[in-house]
Amino acid sequence: MRRALYLLPVLLVAALFVFFRMALRADYDPHAVPSPLIDQPMPAFDLAGTDKRLSGDTLKGEVALVNFFASWCVPCRVEHPLLMRLAEEQHVPIYGIALKDKPQDTERYVAQMGNPYRRIGLDENGHVGIDFGITGVPETFVIDKSGHIRRHYGAPLTAEELRNDLEPLLRELARS
Amino acid sequence: MIAELGHFALILALLLALLQSSVPLIGAARRNYAWMTLGRSTAVAQFVLVAAAFAALIHAYVTSDFSVQNVFENSHSDKPLLYKITGVWGNHEGSMMLWVFILSLFGAAVAWFGDNLPPALSARVLAVQGMIGTGFLGFILLTSDPFHRLVPAPLDGRGLNPVLQDPGLAFHPPFLYLGYVGFSVAFSFAVAALIEGRVDAAWARWVRPWTLAAWCALTIGIAMGSWWAYYTLGWGGWWFWDPVENASFMPWLVGTALLHSAIVVEKRDALKSWTILLAILTFSLSLVGTFLVRSGVLTSVHAFAVDPRRGLYILLLLLVAIGGSLSLYAWRAPALKAGGLFAPISREGALVLNNLLLTVAAAAIFWGTLYPLFSDQLGGPKLTVGAPFFDIVFRWLLAPLLVAVAVGPLLAWKRGDLLAALQRLWAALAAAVVVGLVGLYIAGGGPILAVLTLALAGWMALGALSEWAERVRLFRASLAESGRRARHLPRAQYGMTLAHLGLAVTLAGIAASAWQDERIEIMNPGDDVPIAGYTLHLNSVDKVQGPNFTAERADVTVRKGDSVVAEMHPEKRFFPLQQMSTGVTAIKTNLLADLYLALGDSDGKGGWTVRAWWKPLVPWIWIGAVMMALGGVVSLSDRRLRLGVAARARVPRGARAAE
Repeated sequence: MRRALYLLPVLLVAALFVFFRMALRADYDPHAVPSPLIDQPMPAFDLAGTDKRLSGDTLKGEVALVNFFASWCVPCRVEHPLLMRLAEEQHVPIYGIALKDKPQDTERYVAQMGNPYRRIGLDENGHVGIDFGITGVPETFVIDKSGHIRRHYGAPLTAEELRNDLEPLLRELARS
Repeated sequence: MIAELGHFALILALLLALLQSSVPLIGAARRNYAWMTLGRSTAVAQFVLVAAAFAALIHAYVTSDFSVQNVFENSHSDKPLLYKITGVWGNHEGSMMLWVFILSLFGAAVAWFGDNLPPALSARVLAVQGMIGTGFLGFILLTSDPFHRLVPAPLDGRGLNPVLQDPGLAFHPPFLYLGYVGFSVAFSFAVAALIEGRVDAAWARWVRPWTLAAWCALTIGIAMGSWWAYYTLGWGGWWFWDPVENASFMPWLVGTALLHSAIVVEKRDALKSWTILLAILTFSLSLVGTFLVRSGVLTSVHAFAVDPRRGLYILLLLLVAIGGSLSLYAWRAPALKAGGLFAPISREGALVLNNLLLTVAAAAIFWGTLYPLFSDQLGGPKLTVGAPFFDIVFRWLLAPLLVAVAVGPLLAWKRGDLLAALQRLWAALAAAVVVGLVGLYIAGGGPILAVLTLALAGWMALGALSEWAERVRLFRASLAESGRRARHLPRAQYGMTLAHLGLAVTLAGIAASAWQDERIEIMNPGDDVPIAGYTLHLNSVDKVQGPNFTAERADVTVRKGDSVVAEMHPEKRFFPLQQMSTGVTAIKTNLLADLYLALGDSDGKGGWTVRAWWKPLVPWIWIGAVMMALGGVVSLSDRRLRLGVAARARVPRGARAAE
């Protein structure tokens, strides 16, 4: 029995390595969306907002971004200037969903950093996040005019992605 | 040419490391003295070679040799010299070079300072160090060659990430690595002890200074990282529970536990197999940290370039190092003789509590950091774990530990008297109440949790001082007698008092953030904004040209009443090469509070967003960390370690084990 106790650390570590190995698959992207969601209608939701409510209907008929963020999330702060640029220079409608965040913290965050969002929904228990299949914040979804998910960015957006992928996609979706 | 010499030196170092990991080990098993001592000469030679390779890489950076791919990708001829040098470790390949450089430095240090070690133990320790060196040198040569040439050579480099062009961040990795890699010595000692099947007080006395040195460096490294985040990110925060921060914090917690449990091995010959386990785990967590940062398994803002091949190699390395050492532990540790017995209420008992809480805290962070990975692989619900989880877990795990910090040192070894110890802490208890009440009064209320935390800091500070007062019999013996006692207290004692005081100071700094004041205003030149009794006056915002950036620089006059307190200049820098902006905050501190200014965006109509904070006691967070590290240094300078070591060297081996 005592000997078994000494075996415990190595057994725990063995289990850990199985996970690490699984995560190292060449195609594994820690923030990849389950592919079934792409080109599917976006999950229905209806959230209280900092100002007005935010629901799936709010986005009807326009090409929009849904951005999950939180005031406690550092990568969100890194991504934030890009969202500001998109909103101010290109007038892209961006809807924010604050994940597991206190309303007053969310409000303070956008007051401090600037507000790129048309509306902000408050997903305090994270249920909408689960429906969208996100694994962390920030994550961004591109929604087309018919309310279908067209693209998913599972990590902070970068200037390159913006230039080479997101902006061409937005132009294309706007034309269709 | 010089780059090729560097590459060649690395290959030679790898061959030497192979030699170092095998020959001394066989020598120790066969009691062949000549083979055993080979470990020491190879360790020193390996250090010389790796240092030469590292110097070659630095040379390539300083001379802007863009035919070297690593220099081309991470440097630029316009960069200030300081950042050309520090840029060496601002990327994956270079930081691995720094890693093995420090590893070989520690290996050589063990060889230099280790004359007093029994030759077999010394040989085994250096052999294990050699194995670690082999693993990492192989990693560099196979997957991350920093000397790879480009033909034809580009005209200029791509430049260093502007975020890294900062003195705070430039020197953060060396300290962090001194900590991470320094724990390798404790690891090697643990593995050597398992091979030998013997752990005694002398073993603990050899391990402790190495652990302490690594711990001091890690403390400073983490503090620098958090300070950097505080003054550059421009929103006043200083800790984010980012995976990379957690990766450095876990070894710190377990390393702290190791420091304390090694005391028990040294003084009481108990907790041996637990201490060995902690030594293995501390370094293992440093390795896991390296894996997490470099493999792309978890995302983080700090992460290096992702390459699954590298991740796989590091994973194999981890498997051998951690799996191997823990298997050895499972096999050999049950045979270690158990040492002295003790009652639950005793100094040992208190240190066990310390160990328990610290390791559980580390385990909780580990779980929180890796949860997304586990959950994802099991196809479970994809949930995120963020700051809210860590805050709650930490509060409930660390509060009892902090209460116990004041009590533990007052308990006797073997069997303590809790009541008597608490009676001696009446002053600390009174201080806690006073600090809590004063905090309440000054703040006029405020969150109850912050008041309690502040009171806890008061309790710890006075507790540490009472323990010292008790030892010198302050106010109970004559002053002269107390003075004599104070002079003769061992430095390790002062080190402990200082480190525990430092923890209290850090805690007070954390607690007081609940009372900060913040203003976010759009200011036009000429506007005034009041904050915490000061008036900020924006004079102008000007364009400034830097060596490799342009900046918008605000000129702010801070007044208190009618007198000018300070001129502050927060900046926004734009680096045209990388098309990136960074902020440079302006901080005016009087060590009791910071006035913190960050310049935001222009509103296009002549106004600027200015974010201002008044943060009471926030400098204490880092002052406390420096005190903790200083406490470690004072303890390292203890007579017992300086002189006792040399004296013991002459004692025959058999006599020493009986100590």
